[in-house]
Amino acid sequence: MRAVGVGRTRVPLGPFFVGMLVLLYLPIAVLFVFSFNAGTTLSFPLRGLTFDWYAAVLGDAALLNAARNSLVVGVAAATIATVIGCLVAVAVLRFRFRGRRLLLALAGLPLVVPFVVMGVAFFLLFVAIDLPRSLLTVAAGHSVIATPYATLILIARLGGLDPALEDASMDLGATYPATLHRVVLPLMGPTLVSAWLTCFIVSFDEIALAIFLVGGDPTFPVFLYGQLRFAQRLPVLVAMAVLLMLATVALAVVALRLRARSE
Amino acid sequence: MLGRRGTLKFLVGPPSLWLALFFLVPLVLIAAYSLRAGSGAIGPSEPWAPSLEHFREVLGTPAFVRLLGVSVLMALVIATGATLLAYPVAYFLAFRAGRRAPLFLTLLLVPFAVSYLLRVMAWKLMLGPEGGINSLLSTLGLTAEPIGLLLYSRPAVIITLIYIWIPFAALPIYAAMQRIDRSQLEAAADLGAGPWSRFWRVTVPLSLPGALLTFFMVFIPTVGEYVTPALVGGTDGIMYGNIIGGFFTRSANWPMGSAMAMIMLALTLTLVVVGVRVVNFRRVTA
Repeated sequence: MRAVGVGRTRVPLGPFFVGMLVLLYLPIAVLFVFSFNAGTTLSFPLRGLTFDWYAAVLGDAALLNAARNSLVVGVAAATIATVIGCLVAVAVLRFRFRGRRLLLALAGLPLVVPFVVMGVAFFLLFVAIDLPRSLLTVAAGHSVIATPYATLILIARLGGLDPALEDASMDLGATYPATLHRVVLPLMGPTLVSAWLTCFIVSFDEIALAIFLVGGDPTFPVFLYGQLRFAQRLPVLVAMAVLLMLATVALAVVALRLRARSE
Repeated sequence: MLGRRGTLKFLVGPPSLWLALFFLVPLVLIAAYSLRAGSGAIGPSEPWAPSLEHFREVLGTPAFVRLLGVSVLMALVIATGATLLAYPVAYFLAFRAGRRAPLFLTLLLVPFAVSYLLRVMAWKLMLGPEGGINSLLSTLGLTAEPIGLLLYSRPAVIITLIYIWIPFAALPIYAAMQRIDRSQLEAAADLGAGPWSRFWRVTVPLSLPGALLTFFMVFIPTVGEYVTPALVGGTDGIMYGNIIGGFFTRSANWPMGSAMAMIMLALTLTLVVVGVRVVNFRRVTA
């Protein structure tokens, strides 16, 4: 038998891929260098090595507060979206009922509405129900835009699980909720974590929606956006960003690992 | 004992309620606002009079229509560019990377986990007049004055957004390529198809749904962009989304902004429906 690899085109895809990686990592390397640079502009030759910016992060209450806000919003939004995604996945894949396609569409459609439309629509909702804008409203908004991601990831996983496992559990006398709790959830465990982390990252980096929904207490991207015009603030912001970057990357790697292991 | 059927309402109830309140109601509200008379920051308790005046005004203002056209065009260029550049990346991962594909995939996605505001800022640090590249050039004595590299312009917005989207854009294409049955490529080879012929006649048609998904995953957020244009676009680079945002912040005119948002939403959904019709998903993925 002839292997497919034989007679492949000579297009240098490897170098193309490496070049793409270099281009993608270049700005990150720049941020990293900048955060240890003694000057407030990135001009060569560099002024010298300093850890001052990292020390300044710890004394910057507004900056730390914004990061903490994003953390709280991200946890709340990711939790809501993952619960919704999980319920929708089980309902849609394990039941036939009227409105099944509607439910699936509802959980997926936030993906096809541009954020700016969603943002102003939420803005009008919170005006209409007279709910002052705050981190709560940002979390509600983020929970909706993260729902399609959680739903798609969890449907893909649950679709690969044999429904016979649930039948066996119920034949052995378990109620359906007990079956979900003791058979389905453990099997979905790693995927649930990876869906949650994906939603968290979606929320943590989100600004287009957050700008319309945030009150006086900003999330990190909104705070960052407001501070970008002050050049002398840049190094401290970048130092904070490098710290967050390391944390986010760690989270992302955990999410990918978990998903890879469960597949 | 709670059986399967009894459980269903607990599975369907909470998501339906949450999504109805926080997804459907806001969309209905913005539609209602776009059809009400009056302007400014008018509250929901003030009198509602149905009117098409805002749609008439938006569509009758050449500057708005032009900006909408430019934004759609930019989003088309960006989504096409990101899809075309992500395609070889996905192809490499699916067909050439072999056992190391998961590692390469992780490497590709790590930058996407970094705040995009900061990745954009990093480019500004490099490309700006006082940026790294200009200061490097002048330190080396190669240039006397800073060169105005692509910053604060429409091309800057396009390049930045293509760049931002590439890693994410590769994912749906990669997933579609992974689903291609390798025996189909072997069959094509056995029947005498060369590498290019196999690529064009087997791989491309089978990966097309993934490419289309990528296209829309980039197009939809891009057509409503207003943050990146504000960062790197300067005054000439603004998009339709900036105007919508403006009607809810600086110059409050909620019905007007709502009408503009509805027009964009209608246009986006039309394109999605047409796209899905053109590539029949069910036929190709089944």
